[in-house]
Amino acid sequence: MSKHLHPLSAIVINESGVLARISGMFARRGFNIDSLAVGETEDPRYSRMTIMVRGDDRVLEQVVKQLGRMVDVIKINDLAKDPHVEREVALIKVHAPPSERSEIIELVNIFRAKIVDVGKKRLMIEISGKGDKVDAIIDMLKPYGIVELARTGRIILARGQKTTSVMDRQAEKVLV
Amino acid sequence: MSTKVEPTSHKRSVNKRSGAQAVIEALKAEGANLLFGVTGGAIMPIYDALYKDSDLRHIMVGHEQGGAHMAEGYARVTGEPGVILTTSGPGATNLVTGLADAIMDSTPLIAITGQVATSLIGNDAFQEADVRGITMPVTKHNYLVQNSDHLPQIFAEGFHISRSGRPGPVLIDIPKDLQVQQTSAIRPKEIELEGYKPPYEGHPKQIRKALEVIQNCERPVILAGGGVLHAEASQELMDFAEALNIPVVSTLMGLGNFPIDHPLSLGMPGMHGTGYAILSLYHCDAMICVGTRLDDRITGKLDEFCPWAKLIHIDIDASEIGKNVPAMVPIVGHAKPVLKDLIKSVGSWESRPDWTEWHNQVNGWRKEYPLGYKEKENQILPQQVIEEVDSLLDDDAIITTGVGQHQMWTAQYYTFRKPRTWLTSGGLGTMGYGFPAALGAKLAKPEAPVVCIDGDGSFIMNMQELVTAVRYRIPVVCVILNNLFLGMVRQWQHLFFEDRFAETTLMPPAFDQVAIACGGLGKRVERPEELNQAIKWALKEAEEKRLPVVLNVMTDCEECVYPMVPAGGANVNFIPGPEGKK
Repeated sequence: MSKHLHPLSAIVINESGVLARISGMFARRGFNIDSLAVGETEDPRYSRMTIMVRGDDRVLEQVVKQLGRMVDVIKINDLAKDPHVEREVALIKVHAPPSERSEIIELVNIFRAKIVDVGKKRLMIEISGKGDKVDAIIDMLKPYGIVELARTGRIILARGQKTTSVMDRQAEKVLV
Repeated sequence: MSTKVEPTSHKRSVNKRSGAQAVIEALKAEGANLLFGVTGGAIMPIYDALYKDSDLRHIMVGHEQGGAHMAEGYARVTGEPGVILTTSGPGATNLVTGLADAIMDSTPLIAITGQVATSLIGNDAFQEADVRGITMPVTKHNYLVQNSDHLPQIFAEGFHISRSGRPGPVLIDIPKDLQVQQTSAIRPKEIELEGYKPPYEGHPKQIRKALEVIQNCERPVILAGGGVLHAEASQELMDFAEALNIPVVSTLMGLGNFPIDHPLSLGMPGMHGTGYAILSLYHCDAMICVGTRLDDRITGKLDEFCPWAKLIHIDIDASEIGKNVPAMVPIVGHAKPVLKDLIKSVGSWESRPDWTEWHNQVNGWRKEYPLGYKEKENQILPQQVIEEVDSLLDDDAIITTGVGQHQMWTAQYYTFRKPRTWLTSGGLGTMGYGFPAALGAKLAKPEAPVVCIDGDGSFIMNMQELVTAVRYRIPVVCVILNNLFLGMVRQWQHLFFEDRFAETTLMPPAFDQVAIACGGLGKRVERPEELNQAIKWALKEAEEKRLPVVLNVMTDCEECVYPMVPAGGANVNFIPGPEGKK
């Protein structure tokens, strides 16, 4: 019953106000979110929300049930116990005078990140990967001076056959 | 909002009409024939359409909160959504308490609010408020209409969501220009909501598990809540309890789901529940919860609520199961079919468990901790007023209350025997609920006597609805237990704050005179010997004159509600109170 981080994947109606409704529910019931990412799905009528929730099993059960009773939520899965792929993208603008530039570029290569903008004194780095990989490069870049940072929040899909999708049945049919 | 626009070129040819007319049409299609509301700038087109259409009855109320409680009263008596209309901004924000009350007690409501024109939304226009945003946490679902073509679909969805599953309030916010905009969209034939599929039957495996627990237990209790009433499952509850001979505790919201004077009834649990209900729940080894959310007023200190119980929890809302008390056998489903399935299986049992010893124990507690109070000479005790009202009304009479001591005494001393005869604000604890709810109830069921038992503090909070009662000649009786105090808070101050009565004394007006000034009838009652006659007079006079009657009954402010569990304490350590006369 430890306070694990649970990746929830939810399919919701893609309409104005839905995000407010869901984030409001998290706030008023005192559920803790580490990150929340929303975007359109394969079907533009729906969005996928990936919500990283912290809590023990009982809290998670409540979170899932509270989401489940909302009219705008079509499907909801806790992917903590399923094999899944997790990604987050970050853009990091770091202080990089010519004297320190090569060190930073080396770091970027080690992390398989990319340099996407170069200025006289600054570099912008793009990194994609699991949340802890993003955390790690941020840690490594801190000593050079991070000027600006933007993170997308984590997105997750289950590996293999398992899906959280309204198209689920059709997709399976096509496969067969 | 999962709004699919009906194609305007539908097979059936529909003449274009205004959004406002489409709203009226939708209300009729849903069978709503009584509306409560207050007009105003942003809802005028709908009122104009109402004006042209005489089929729908509209009750103009004094304040939107009062109107919301009237709609709640109507809903709780009929089981159908009550409808309330208001204008934008303050009209809609005044509704918030009513909506919060309705969502806490699962009362079906449809709130229709006018909104400023779409071109003005977001501009802080006159009487603009973000009503969808404000009411998100206090509605089961809500809508901000984007196009008048969506109206028929949204109303069909809204009513469906409000009345099905666990009932609740739905708000539909309609910008003024859309009320005028022409539309030929029609009501969908079927409502299919991908994200909303309320459960019905319980899972057979879970029902088998529940029966196993029951078969092997030694000390069973049923805890039946308001969900039994919403599900119209009182008969099933009775059949189930009698088939197995299991004692029944009815929660505050559940009063009326089981006759309180039935030999198996243990009355109400919780903070002001009966000693024998509290002890039975504490000592039981199997608790069958039906349609109750086991809130803090029922459980007291969680660890010591029912330490030995295997909990079977039947609820239509999965999120209520395991929320407060872990359930050993969760059954997600509608109370009626689930109870029916349980009864059916019990019918095939070869023998029934023998729980004689447990019944003896429970009946011992009944004798040891009877409800009761000490009579005082020349003073009217609030409990006596309830008993007197009880003795003069039959089982079909409807009782409403505000919130506080008078509410608890009514719950304790009135003999509720039938479903939908008890209207009170349980979850939100909204003072001022009782009187407007009584008006809504009387309009829903004109043949039944409706009595609001109120406190002086509660009555003041929606006193303006006296005007509504007189205007529409709604003959309800309001018995105010007037102790010149906010009695429940005074009780806590007496018990836990060393008699520091901070801001609990009231200087209420002569309520009987206020009623008369509004055009109704009233009487002040001070002496115990006047009480019986006064109540008889009020009941008779109300019906004869078709007017509201207010009895201003002066009661002793020192009387406290017992039994009592101090907030946060373990139920089993309840204060039984003075030895009673019973």
